[in-house]
Amino acid sequence: GGALETWEVEGLQTVGILLVVCSSLKLMHFLGLIDLSSPDSIEDDFELSTVCHRPESMDKLQEQTKFTKKELQVLYRGFKNECPSGVVNEENFKTIYSQFFPQGDSSMYAHFLFEAFDTDKNGSVSFEDFVFGLSIILRGTINDRLNWAFNLYDLNKDGCITKEEMLDIMKSIYDMMGKCTYPNMQDEAPREHVENFFQKMDRNKDGVVTIEEFIESCQKDENIMQSMQLFDNVI
Amino acid sequence: MAGVSAWLPFARAAAIGWMPVANGPMPVAPRDHSKRKDELIVLNVSGRRFQTWRTTLDRYPDSLLGSSEKEFFFNEETKEYFFDRDPDSFRSILNFYRTGKLHYPRYECISAYDEELAFFGIIPEIIGDCCYEEYKDRKRENVERLQDDQEENKDLKLPNMTARETMWRAFENPHTSTMALVFYYVTGFFIAISVLTNVVETVPCGTSTQQKEVPCGERYTVAFFCMDTACVMIFTVEYLMRLFAAPSRYHFMRSVMSIIDVVAILPYYIGLVMTDNEDVSGAFVTLRVFRVFRIFKFSRHSQGLRILGYTLKSCASELGFLLFSLTMAIIIFATVMFYAEKGSSSTKFTSIPASFWYTIVTMTTLGYGDMVPKTIAGKIFGSICSLSGVLVIALPVPVIVSNFSRIYHQNQRADKRRAQKVQKARLARIRIAKTGSTNAFLQSKRSGLLDELLELTGTEADEQKLSKSVSLLESQHYHLLYCLEKTTAHEFVDEQAFEQNNLETALQSYTSPSPSPSSSHGESTSTCCGCRARRKNTPPYHHHHPQRGPLQELSAIHIQCVDPASHKTSRSSLNQKAEDGGRVNCRRGQVTTAIISLQTPPRRPPPPPIPPQAPPSIQTMSSSHIVKVSAL
Repeated sequence: GGALETWEVEGLQTVGILLVVCSSLKLMHFLGLIDLSSPDSIEDDFELSTVCHRPESMDKLQEQTKFTKKELQVLYRGFKNECPSGVVNEENFKTIYSQFFPQGDSSMYAHFLFEAFDTDKNGSVSFEDFVFGLSIILRGTINDRLNWAFNLYDLNKDGCITKEEMLDIMKSIYDMMGKCTYPNMQDEAPREHVENFFQKMDRNKDGVVTIEEFIESCQKDENIMQSMQLFDNVI
Repeated sequence: MAGVSAWLPFARAAAIGWMPVANGPMPVAPRDHSKRKDELIVLNVSGRRFQTWRTTLDRYPDSLLGSSEKEFFFNEETKEYFFDRDPDSFRSILNFYRTGKLHYPRYECISAYDEELAFFGIIPEIIGDCCYEEYKDRKRENVERLQDDQEENKDLKLPNMTARETMWRAFENPHTSTMALVFYYVTGFFIAISVLTNVVETVPCGTSTQQKEVPCGERYTVAFFCMDTACVMIFTVEYLMRLFAAPSRYHFMRSVMSIIDVVAILPYYIGLVMTDNEDVSGAFVTLRVFRVFRIFKFSRHSQGLRILGYTLKSCASELGFLLFSLTMAIIIFATVMFYAEKGSSSTKFTSIPASFWYTIVTMTTLGYGDMVPKTIAGKIFGSICSLSGVLVIALPVPVIVSNFSRIYHQNQRADKRRAQKVQKARLARIRIAKTGSTNAFLQSKRSGLLDELLELTGTEADEQKLSKSVSLLESQHYHLLYCLEKTTAHEFVDEQAFEQNNLETALQSYTSPSPSPSSSHGESTSTCCGCRARRKNTPPYHHHHPQRGPLQELSAIHIQCVDPASHKTSRSSLNQKAEDGGRVNCRRGQVTTAIISLQTPPRRPPPPPIPPQAPPSIQTMSSSHIVKVSAL
């Protein structure tokens, strides 16, 4: 077909020039002369991991917790070995905890645990948080322990456990079992278990379990009382 | 899990969340009865002391340090665990316990490191990602080198091979025999001839009657046909012979070289079969192209070609990447050029595929000039195209080159090692070292016997002198060899004596076994406990001493009376020429010394004071009372 109109030729040339300009901009960004990147980049992540946290002195910790010096030493050595920077973030926490449950998925339960240990809600568990939590669980009275467990279940920290919260917790516990169980894991198992739980614990049948109901029901239950004794000899 | 075992108390504490929801009672927890507090243990590795907590080591209970196996290395006096290993490598092993990650130190030799890991019961697979690549690379290099060594050892192989195996070996390695070398050169020559023929066939030589240039192939058809036939026959014979000699015919037929051989000779046979059919003659012409494959047969003759082929094979991914990136770039630039040049009149860029040619020629910086852009946009893009072409091609090339260089150098090393001179010298040195130890054993046998002599005489000083020369380890080793000799009723001798024996048994006949040996044979069954008497079936030539010429034997008495300095001289003369062992004939505890005469230094010793009954006869050994000590 015939010759092209001049404007078409010009158009093509414009397109070409635009292309050249774009690619040269890209090239300069690549070479580092200009910066076209988006605001949130990975450099921010580096800030967190270089933070180093030093715990309070051992004497203070000894006063505040019920551990002996030697026990604190052992705990700290293990803690620092895994987290050289002195704090655990949630990812690390989940990784460490998952090593104990190779068959199932413990990430959800680890998340709840993290929330329970991280008392000051700053997104990381320092050695003090760690040791305070452990002190309650391993050296506290039965009431203290029950309190701590209630705190774990109460996801939104409003003083009462709803069925949904309990279901989340139950699912996370069942997830840790994994697929290969005997008998086969039914999908309804967590829900049934929650029903069971509420039947036992919910005195006034209002659909939530308050702290008083919880402690009262646990104290009445022989099995729970006995299992709470297990924690006396963990460390 | 082991790395985080310190967090186990935490995990157990976290189980508090399960207690209230559990429906039944929990099992009883295990109690820690050991009451073993976390203690420091000291690991002494060749003098360098490492200290760590016991719990650190307990993290990995299936390794040596984590299990009770380390108790075998516990030193009661110093209360530490002593390991006689390399302290430098131990550092990385201990760090593994501490951090849970095993690192491979780059300065370490790969086989030494592997040995250390094996000793401490750690599998190398858990080397951390940071060091695993390096480890794998070094290991692969080492394995390749060992394979080279093994292959070259295979060549110096068995003398008893069947004809088939000999033929195969001759084919694979032409340096093994002259016939193989001749065959190698003949086939090489014919390959060259065949390739040359194919090339010259197409050269125009002279005009025919129609004033047209004809190629030589059509002019001298018969000559070329004969040449072709000859070559193909040689190749066919060679192929059939290889097929016959191959240890696994199936594998041989599937190998690349054999396929090349077949492809090289097949066109000829196909041509023979269908010369007259006009329709397929076109296909036949195409088949002739395959004759050029004969040039690949040279790869058997040239190692460089083989290496090149191997390199290309091992760089397949890089080549693939190169091809892929080039294709991408070609399509992009061809499209752009086509649309840029669409405007100009009488343009050569008629379609995108037509632009491919321009793009390829420009990217490889060939620039034939048969297609050039005329518009400004086209020129701009054309220059970008040529610049990027240089980059895209230059990127994968160094990878291929470095691969080639590594493989090539490895082959060079293998060739150097195979070089006869080096090999022979090395083997000779190894042989000397080995015979040194054998001679040491044989020497000690004599001195061992003399130890007993001395025990009977009670000369303390001499006994001490002798016992110093051999360490406890060596003496135990020699005792072991001695026991073996006794078990099998044979003796160790050194090479020269062995050859000599063979020579003599061949020369002399087993005639007239003199009465003394037989009687000695009979008597030698009564071995006494006090001496290391052993029975030996001596070949009768022992008693033909006078015919053997100058004997060089070592005087046992000599050994007794002279200091260790002359030990050495006697030993050296021993090495030169010595006869095969004698018999030790022991009779009721009386050990008589051997009488052996030295040829060169005629230091005739006084008759031995110990044995009361032994006549110091010099040359003959006919007496049954005489104990013959092996002079070797």
